[in-house]
Amino acid sequence: MKSNVGKQFKDGVIANNPVFVQLLGMCPTLATTTAVVNALGMGAAVIVVLMFSNLFISLLRKIIPKQVRIASYIVIISGFVTAVELIIKAFFPSIDAALGLFIPLIVVNCIILARAEAFASKNRPMPSMIDGIATGAGFTFALVCVAFVRELLGTGKIFASADGTGGLSVFGGGYPGAPIFLLPAGAFLTLGFVIAAVQKIASVIDKRSQNKKTAEASETACGVARDLSYNEDEDT
Amino acid sequence: MSNIFLIVFGAVLTENFIFSRFYGICPFLGVSDKPSTALGMGMAVTFVMTVSSAATYCAYYLLLKPFGLEYLKTIAFILVIAALVQFIEMFLKKYAPSLYGALGIYLPLITTNCAVLGAALVNIQEQRSFIESVMFGASSALGFTMAICVFAGVRAKMEFSNPPKAFRGFPILLIAAALAAMAFSGFSGMKF
Repeated sequence: MKSNVGKQFKDGVIANNPVFVQLLGMCPTLATTTAVVNALGMGAAVIVVLMFSNLFISLLRKIIPKQVRIASYIVIISGFVTAVELIIKAFFPSIDAALGLFIPLIVVNCIILARAEAFASKNRPMPSMIDGIATGAGFTFALVCVAFVRELLGTGKIFASADGTGGLSVFGGGYPGAPIFLLPAGAFLTLGFVIAAVQKIASVIDKRSQNKKTAEASETACGVARDLSYNEDEDT
Repeated sequence: MSNIFLIVFGAVLTENFIFSRFYGICPFLGVSDKPSTALGMGMAVTFVMTVSSAATYCAYYLLLKPFGLEYLKTIAFILVIAALVQFIEMFLKKYAPSLYGALGIYLPLITTNCAVLGAALVNIQEQRSFIESVMFGASSALGFTMAICVFAGVRAKMEFSNPPKAFRGFPILLIAAALAAMAFSGFSGMKF
């Protein structure tokens, strides 16, 4: 069971990262990554919604008729989204102001519906809930990666609070900031480069494991060839 | 009148749904591989968004507000949109088969297009009147259609380009979108 949980997390965060690998949920990835704090807030909201929606959809999976399942999933998801929205409005007004309409728009985030359809509707409640947390963590990780680059290059600071105060000055006070990274164009640009970097890393890792395999394969092939030649020698 | 002009101008250019508000990125990247499919998707979205802006306005001001249930708007709107999309699909299938043939495959995707729900929520947030809401829905859908068609053209050209291996596929698309967004951010300097 324990290794299973680890595998689920590895799958959700790295191997099947919803943003970098499955390319889902692009709207919040682009819109809410102007600052790391906003990205964390969005990620936390998605983790909570995904956890509870996966849990409840899994509990109800034998009751919901197949024909109306998508509509039922959307109702369940939007219930939790509304709850999260009200909590954020009440306790974190600065995050609410920064994220704006993207909190209610979690309802139509394809990641949540995709996990409901692909995982929670087929699995038991406990693994479904863990899957929700793992996928949400993967989403948060991707958001924070993009937000880190955008905030660092855009303002020269990192971890500033949602209203733009505080934060760790990385490049010193003289850095004027590159506002393009905070604009929509910078969002597309940064995400493009981050995904390119992820693809590059993935291909390097792929090649390395493949090299290992081909090395082993050629070794065995050599061995077989040696055996064959040995046999031939014996024949003659 | 000038108010409506401002809404239309803003929704199509300065506050374009794709390039400045980030609503509807999934279909924008998903179905923009050919200009013809992009146009089909754009038309389907325009149709649904115009009708749904009117429907969600009615739902909010006739149903939710009188009973003090404003906080349920997300649930109510997504249900209205889902039902509406289903209804439009059945209606087109029965009465306009040729239009259904052209738009049919895109319609189910629209329920989870955040542009539709986004437009409905923006309308409520800005406290627009009925006519303004419908105009906003229609014109921002037109902005969406324009963006997706322009980008489909760019993508058709990019088929023949040879980017570095790591950029192949999705990343180079995003960078092309960044250039398009830069062009659109030029409009945001236009204030009235």
